[in-house]
Formats: sequence, structure tokens, C-alpha cells
Amino acid sequence: MSEYTEHDKTGASVGVVERKHYTFADTPDEMVLESGRRLGPVTIAYETCGTLNADKSNAVLILHALTGDAHVAGYHGPDDDKPGWWENMVGPGKGIDTSKYFVVCSNILGSCMGTTGPASINPATGQPYRLEFPVITIGDMVKAQKALMDHLGIKKILAVVGGSVGGMQVLEWCVRYPEMVISAIPLATTTKHSALAIAFNEVARQAIMADPNWNNGDYYDGQKPDLGLAVARMIGHITYLSDESMRMKFGRRLQDKTDLSFDFGGDFQVESYLRHQGSKFVERFDANAFLFITKAADYYDLEKQHGNGSAVRAFSKSTARFLLISFTSDWLYPTYQSKAMVKAMKKNTLDVSFCEIEAEYGHDAFLLPSDRLTSLIRGFLESVCQSL
Amino acid sequence: MSVNHYNTEVMRFDLRIIASWITPGATVLGLGCGEGDLLLHLKQNKQVKETGIEIVESRVAGCIKKGLSVLQGDINEEILDYPDDAFDYVILSQTLQQVYEPSRLIHDMLRIGKQVIVSFPNFGHWRVRAQVLLTGRTPVTRELPYAWYDTPNIRVLSIKDFRDFVKKMAFHIEKSVAISPGKKQESGKIVTIMPNLLATYGIFQLGKDSGS
Repeated sequence: MSEYTEHDKTGASVGVVERKHYTFADTPDEMVLESGRRLGPVTIAYETCGTLNADKSNAVLILHALTGDAHVAGYHGPDDDKPGWWENMVGPGKGIDTSKYFVVCSNILGSCMGTTGPASINPATGQPYRLEFPVITIGDMVKAQKALMDHLGIKKILAVVGGSVGGMQVLEWCVRYPEMVISAIPLATTTKHSALAIAFNEVARQAIMADPNWNNGDYYDGQKPDLGLAVARMIGHITYLSDESMRMKFGRRLQDKTDLSFDFGGDFQVESYLRHQGSKFVERFDANAFLFITKAADYYDLEKQHGNGSAVRAFSKSTARFLLISFTSDWLYPTYQSKAMVKAMKKNTLDVSFCEIEAEYGHDAFLLPSDRLTSLIRGFLESVCQSL
Repeated sequence: MSVNHYNTEVMRFDLRIIASWITPGATVLGLGCGEGDLLLHLKQNKQVKETGIEIVESRVAGCIKKGLSVLQGDINEEILDYPDDAFDYVILSQTLQQVYEPSRLIHDMLRIGKQVIVSFPNFGHWRVRAQVLLTGRTPVTRELPYAWYDTPNIRVLSIKDFRDFVKKMAFHIEKSVAISPGKKQESGKIVTIMPNLLATYGIFQLGKDSGS
């Protein structure tokens, strides 16, 4: 997902939020991963907004996408120049109304934004894990989130919400811990990556691994593979946009010049934009974490893992009420993938709503301010509350 | 013409008739549910478990905003996914005249629903007949408000046509009512004499023939 964090135009915000940490799975009770390997201790970075009510029935769990973090909304301090990544949706009076709901968002396992990942120190060696870090899955991420929910004493989650790779986690929650999930909002997501999606991820990984500074993942003491990671991010960004949004945003306009330069310094605005996104990204993200998380996303196959190859069987485990949303110009996780999920849910007579929102912004549409998306989520959550 | 007057409410008269046929607590599928007026009424007043299917995004969004469970899609395709007898009622309100294969759709409705309710504007109404006869032009009425070039209706039928059609099919009419709305859309009356001439809408509840 891209970064669109901007101050809320209405001024509504949860205000200052605090990043917290929860550590579990200490030796000898390490987490047993889907691969069979063990990992521990595991630290999860998380943030909460709003107030958990007395019977702990108003929790909304938000699951971030590929490169997101626990900072879903609000500010880390009075001088913070940027709010959380979903400031337009989460806050008092917003689509996910923090005056009603207790919002929890945690950084995913394998990431680098406070939760244990390949850049974290392996207590066994005193060194970063690097490629010693076990290959984790979407299921492992969800298992770690479940440990956090247990820690917070939340037994039933009012709604599990997320887009893209966050949406995969939503689906995983629904079939792995069905008794805990009252409702679910998977946005712009899929039960399994298409060959196209895997292909882009693989090119992005190859860009990182082709950078000599990557050094087989061993770079924490020296130069980081910034060039490779930046190219990986540029590739990702292309898949998050659409032909239409790029045409409107950049067209063939030149950057700070009126004529072609006849060299490779970069002429077009779209080149300059991608370079900027790439260089901004390397400041905050770890290349190894990018490899591990994209791998987890590519490995995800809800049908195979939970339904013997059948989506209908996989969703038969769920009892949640669903709101699925796709976007017309999203070619990374196109509408047909959401419709396939809807079909499987219908065959299980699950309570499912589905809307394909007309949007020209491509996959990133789920992150952008949209009155329609906001009103859909607000109405759905209110209805879920009323039916309790 | 014998007439029963009903109290006026906000909801359209034909929808109020349909609502009166639904048993409380039932599961209801509304095909082409529009803005969800009927489903919302049924949810609030009859505690039904509702599902709607609607193709227009803004209407789907309007329904979900109201808290209804509604899917965006084509009714002819979406209906295929449900298991047999998935719903107590499947309702097709004022959409039959827009359906490409009505007999197939009604059969699908009877497969997934224990009861099927179908309503449509009556092309046999005297005003429609008079317009054709007197003006020589394709009729445009309150119930059929479109010009020939922008109408979503791909077929026109009368109450008699529908009764003839049902005779040929492997389903039967369990109950029916012909209505004529009043000046306000929420008011109206039930037409029992010469309904094909005097009623603007026909509403039918259909059941599967035994053995079919």
C-alpha cells in the first residue's frame, strides 16, 4: 500500500496515541509456525484508540497491509507532522468511530515496525535474525494477533477490518478463529495471489537480492540495499495505481523541465514520483522484512489450507457477517477475486454484503478518503452492533 | 368495483401488500431490491433476516448504509449460487418486465426459495390500452414511465398474460392480488373486479407444483 497520510481536513482525530509492546512465546513456549519451525520470544507492537467497554464487546481489530504499521490513526506527539495511515477512516465520528469502538492495530509478524522480524535481535545469537528468521505465513501473523487479543482480554471481536494483505489476515481470522469474529470487512483482497501478483512480488524481491549491499541478508552492520529496496517499492507502486490514475496524475508531463534531456537523469513526472516513493521508503523499511512479508502474501492460499482446495469448504468454518468491497480499477486484486469469495460465502448461506466501488485510483483506492467507503463501513458496523 | 382502502404509510402500496404476506422472522431474498425500502421495512417490522441483490452501485451502497445485507450483482447470475430452499421467501418486485429469461429466473427462485413473490406493472390496464388506441403511440404511464428509447423494460405483460404463462409452467399461483395505487404512492386499493382492466399492478405468490 502507498502512503497517503494527511491531516484530517475536518480536524477530527483521536489525537495522541501511544505505541505499546507485548512480548510472549518465551522459551520454551515458542510459537510453532506453519512451517514447523519455532519462534520466540515474539514482540508485537500495537496501538489502540477509543475505550474498551466494560464487557469488552466493542473491539475492532484493524489489520494493515504489506508495509503498514500499528500506527493506524492519530499522532505520536504534539510535534508529529503526520497522522496514522488510516486517519481518514479511524477517529471520533469517522467511519470506524473511536467514540464507539475500541480500535486495535498491531504490526504484523515479520515486519520491522516494532514487531519481531528479520531485523530483530535473535536472543540466541545476539545478532539480527537476518535470513535465519523463519519464513512466516499469513496464518502465523494471525496467530500472533490472537495472542495479543488474549492478552487484552478480548474474546469476541466486533469487526476485523483490513485491505490487501490486511484483508488476507481478515479472511484468515474468520476461518482460524471463527468463534471470536462477529463480523469482517475484507477490502480489495483475495484468498490467494494470482500469478500476476506473485510475478510482481518476485521482481521486487529480485531487485533487492540483486543489490550487492543485500549480501544475502547480512547488511545490518554496513551499507543497506537501498537501491534494490527502492526499485522494489517502485514496482509495488505501479501495481497500486491504475492506467487511469497515472494518466490523470502524471500523463507524459515532464518534471521541472520543458524539453527532453536526452540522458537518463529522469524526464517524466512519473519517473520522479516513483524515485521519490522509492527513496522515502528505504528510510523506514527493512529490505529483509519486505522479502519475508511478500513471501507470506504469495504463499497465502485460504482454499488450499482451510478447504482442501475448496473456497466453499474453507468458508464453511466461518460464522461471521461479511462486508466485502472491491474497486473497479484495482488490477492487483480485481473484483472477480472478491466475487469468488462472495460466491463461496453464499453457498454457505453466510450473511454477506458486497459492493464494487467505482474508483480510478487502482488498488490504493481502499486507503484514500472516500465518502462511499466511509458510509459503507459506518452503516455496516452500526448494523452489526444493533444485531448483537 | 369493490374496493378496500388501506391506511397510508410511507412505503409504496404494492410493497406494503407484499410485506403483509411475509411471516415474521422469515429469511427473505429481494431480487433487484433497489434502495431497500421493502427489506428495511421487513427487517424493522417483521424481524426478517434479509438479503438483497441489486446491480446499481449507488443503490447497493444506500442499502448497506441502512444496515441491510445486500450484494452487488446481476440477479440472473447471483441467484445460482444459493443452495436449495435457502430462503423462506424470494421476492421479485417490479423487475419481471426487465428479465431476459423470466421462466428460468422464476424456476431458480423456486429452487432457492420456499415461497416466491413476483409483482409487475399491468400492461392490460385501461389507461395503457387507451393510450395505444387513441394516440397510436407506445404508452407512457406512471407505472411504465419510460419512452421506448430509454426504457429498461424489455417486455410488457398483463395480468392475464402472466396467468396464461403460469399454466404452462411447473409452478402454480398460491395467491394473487391486483392493485391500483391512489394519488399518493403509499395509498391504494385492491382491485377484485376486472383486474386486468382496472389494476395497475399484479402481485403473485407462486409455489412449486408437487413432484416438480
